[in-house]
Amino acid sequence: MELARDEEEALAGKKGEALASAYRILVAIGEATGAAKLVPIKWAHVSGVNYNTIGDAGVQFLDKFSSTARVAVKTTVNPIGYDRDHPEGIPEKFQEKQASIVESYGRMGVTPSFTCTPYEVFDIPQKGTAVSFAESNAAVFSNSLLGLMTNKESALSALASSITGKAPLSDLRLEEARNPKVGIEADFKFESELDYGLMGYFAGKAVKESSVAFSGIAMPSTIEAKALSAAIGTSGSCGMFTVGQGRGEKISFTRKEAKAAMDELSTAEDGDVITLGSPQLGMNELDLLAKLTEGKKFTKRCMIFCSRAIHGQAAKVGLTGRLERSGAEFMCDSCTCLTPYVTKEKHDSVVSNSVKGAYYLNNSNKVKVALKDLRTITKEYTE
Amino acid sequence: MIINNCKKIVGGSGEGPALVTVQPINFLAMVDPKTGRITDPKHELYEKSLKGAVLVFPYAVGSSVGAYAIYSFREYGSAPSAIVCSKADITTASGCAIANIPVVDLHKGAPAIKQGTIVRVEADSGIVKV
Repeated sequence: MELARDEEEALAGKKGEALASAYRILVAIGEATGAAKLVPIKWAHVSGVNYNTIGDAGVQFLDKFSSTARVAVKTTVNPIGYDRDHPEGIPEKFQEKQASIVESYGRMGVTPSFTCTPYEVFDIPQKGTAVSFAESNAAVFSNSLLGLMTNKESALSALASSITGKAPLSDLRLEEARNPKVGIEADFKFESELDYGLMGYFAGKAVKESSVAFSGIAMPSTIEAKALSAAIGTSGSCGMFTVGQGRGEKISFTRKEAKAAMDELSTAEDGDVITLGSPQLGMNELDLLAKLTEGKKFTKRCMIFCSRAIHGQAAKVGLTGRLERSGAEFMCDSCTCLTPYVTKEKHDSVVSNSVKGAYYLNNSNKVKVALKDLRTITKEYTE
Repeated sequence: MIINNCKKIVGGSGEGPALVTVQPINFLAMVDPKTGRITDPKHELYEKSLKGAVLVFPYAVGSSVGAYAIYSFREYGSAPSAIVCSKADITTASGCAIANIPVVDLHKGAPAIKQGTIVRVEADSGIVKV
């Protein structure tokens, strides 16, 4: 990859240690993705904000890095581990470490959005705008539905782009990779967002290219597209999908593949708590959930994870009140994945409609999951 | 055996026994950062440790935070001494750039590296010595 003179100087450390580290990252990912050069980006979305995901090494890294690093472009950040208005049951050590991370990002000048769905919270730039999104569901969703151009960035590569304002011109920032060479065809009628999630999980494993074309399905709704984007991002390296016939190879997604994904991820029949929100719920989902639970009460504890911005909007139109009357609890700024609210000490198993959530609950939180779609959950667990 | 023309992703050199898999790795969900051990029973490297090894694998999948996991391996002393990919991904490249773990991509048609053989990676000159 060719660097401009000022980029070479920054890499050599002439503009400080933080920028040297950032350019070191950009050069490595530029080489990995075969980029010819770096290009300006308009927006970085950084992951690695929840203490459970980055650990002590991450806390120390960010503390040091933030002493000199400053964002060069609009930078939004992923969820933290818990809602600071609901610290009940969250260990003090976790709270302290989480506070340190929030302070570090604050020093760098990020927007404290604490959301994994920035595409539902912020104004969307024009189609074709280069951005750098680390959160995988946000990268896949923004490439596929909004026409933004980002690679499936890592926590550190998006951070590097945030403080340099640049990213490699490669892969999904070029039209060629955005035109899928491999397709997946569903041969049965999807009944819920869960089917989209299972297909995404299958696609992530089956597809090695950066984009995939789905056929045999209707254009997904926002709710379905979120489930699909999150699941693709969880199991693979693919960063974009289109709906329609692709070029080249076609792989079948039948009930057999859906069942295999289900068997892997759904590890319990039932759970002692319901968690909704990975990705965090948006207005569409809260509205649907309120309709499905109108006049009823949850028979189990139900935690709804959403961004504080969406919670604020929902409160203004009375949605939060309606859902709270059904017994649901809102946890802002956080998400099902790796939250300290859900631990194996507290819970044997969890009910969720999220394929991504199920993967991390099983593998990271070590909690079993009963995977069910939203309508089934509201039918079985309200009265 | 010397494999030439490997593509340098992160510079430096490292040596160790080859830990070989054809399966991708989710560094956040499948590895214990303190020991470097693979914790996913479904992975073919289950219970094997990355520590001091030359990890030979296709690429990383899943969480973007895997880059911090790689950095944690270095901080906990459980890092591999080098990584050889079939196609390095952004998570591996960025995590190793910060953790100073040399990374190269093997070209298509490169000979297979056997499990446990001692491998030396010289990323700057694009060489893997087996």
